[in-house]
Amino acid sequence: MTVETRLVQVRTQVLKQNDVVARELRTQFHEAGVCVVSLVSSPGSGKTKLLEETLSTLGASHQVAALVGDLATENDARRLSKTGVPVRQITTGTVCHLEAEMVRQALAGWDLETLDFLFIENVGNLVCPATYDLGEDLRVVLFSVTEGEDKPQKYPTVFNTADLALLTKLDLAEAVEFDRAAAYRSVESVRPGMPVLEVSAKSGVGMEQWVGRLRDRRRQLFPGQAVTRSEEKPATEAGTSASG
Amino acid sequence: MHELSIALSILGIAEEEAGRHGNPRVIAVQLKLGPLSGVVPEALLSAWELAREGSPLEGARLDIEVVPVTAICPQCKTEVVIASIQQLCCSACGTPTPGITGGRELEVTALEIEDDCRNPARSGADAGSQAE
Repeated sequence: MTVETRLVQVRTQVLKQNDVVARELRTQFHEAGVCVVSLVSSPGSGKTKLLEETLSTLGASHQVAALVGDLATENDARRLSKTGVPVRQITTGTVCHLEAEMVRQALAGWDLETLDFLFIENVGNLVCPATYDLGEDLRVVLFSVTEGEDKPQKYPTVFNTADLALLTKLDLAEAVEFDRAAAYRSVESVRPGMPVLEVSAKSGVGMEQWVGRLRDRRRQLFPGQAVTRSEEKPATEAGTSASG
Repeated sequence: MHELSIALSILGIAEEEAGRHGNPRVIAVQLKLGPLSGVVPEALLSAWELAREGSPLEGARLDIEVVPVTAICPQCKTEVVIASIQQLCCSACGTPTPGITGGRELEVTALEIEDDCRNPARSGADAGSQAE
C-alpha cells in the first residue's frame, strides 16, 4: 500500500528568533540614542587594531564602548580595555559568529543611554556572520591589502550585507604590490555603490576620514541630539578639529 | 559552519508545525533558500542528517528550493534575475544592480506529511484550516 501524503503550508522564517531579537535591539539602541557599528572580517585583517585606534580617537570626544566576539580567550577585551573605554568580551565557544541574543546578554547592566557609540567586533569569519542581524546601524566589512584583491568576490554574501568596506593595513600596500583598482572592481561587482575607505590603523592614514564617517552616521541617525553626551565642545561644522 | 544551528532551527519549526497537525509522520520539510542568505545547501543537507537524528523527524527529507537572486535594473527599469552573486549586474544590459529584491530567503514553506485516511474527520478539519 502506498502512503498518501499531503502538503501543509508553513511560511516561517528560519532566522525568525534572531530577527526578532535584532529588531528589539535596534529599537532599544535608537531609543537610547546610541549609534551601533559592527565590524566583520576574516581573522587577522586588523579589526582589533582598528578598534583600538578608533576607541582612542573617538573616545576623546565621545562616550564609546565595545563588545568583542571570539571563539576563545579574553585577549582582545584586555587589549582594548587599555584604551580606557568599557569593553566586554563575548566568548562563543564553538560558535563561529555572533547572534543577536549573545549581544543582548552581553549588554546586561550597561546603561546604553550614556553612550554615543557602541562597537561590536564579530568573530573573525567572512562566512557565517553574514546571516545574522545584530541590530546594528552600520555593518562594516574589513579586508586588508595582504589578503588578495578578490576577497569580495570570494565572500560575496558578507560584502553584500555590509554598508561600508574598509581596506586596512594600507601601510603594507606597496610591500605586497597591492592592486587598488582590482580591489575596487571586486567590491563593486558584489556590492555596487558600496563606499570604500582606505585606512592604516598603524600609520593613521585614513583614520580621520573613517572617524568622520562614524560621526556623520550618528548625526544622520540622531539629528536632534548633541554631538556627544560627554562635555559638549563647541560644534565645528567641518567635524575634523574635534579629534584634536 | 553555522549550518547545524540553521538545521536545528528548521527542525524546531517543523516539529512545532507538525504538532499543530496532530504529529503525523513528516515525509519532507520544504525550504526556500536564496544564495545571499549565506547558507550553503550542501552543508545544510549534511547538517540536517545530524540534526534530525533521534528526533521525531528522524526519517524526514529536507527539500531545498534554491531561488534566484533578483534585482531592479536601474537601466531597464524592471526586475531581472542575477546570474551570479560574484557579479551583481543586469543580465540583459550589464548595468550594476544595487537594488536587490530577492535572494536572501531562508524560509520553511511547507511540510509534506503522511495523510491519515483512516481518520477522515481530522483530515477534513485540517483541510478546512488549510484553506486560508
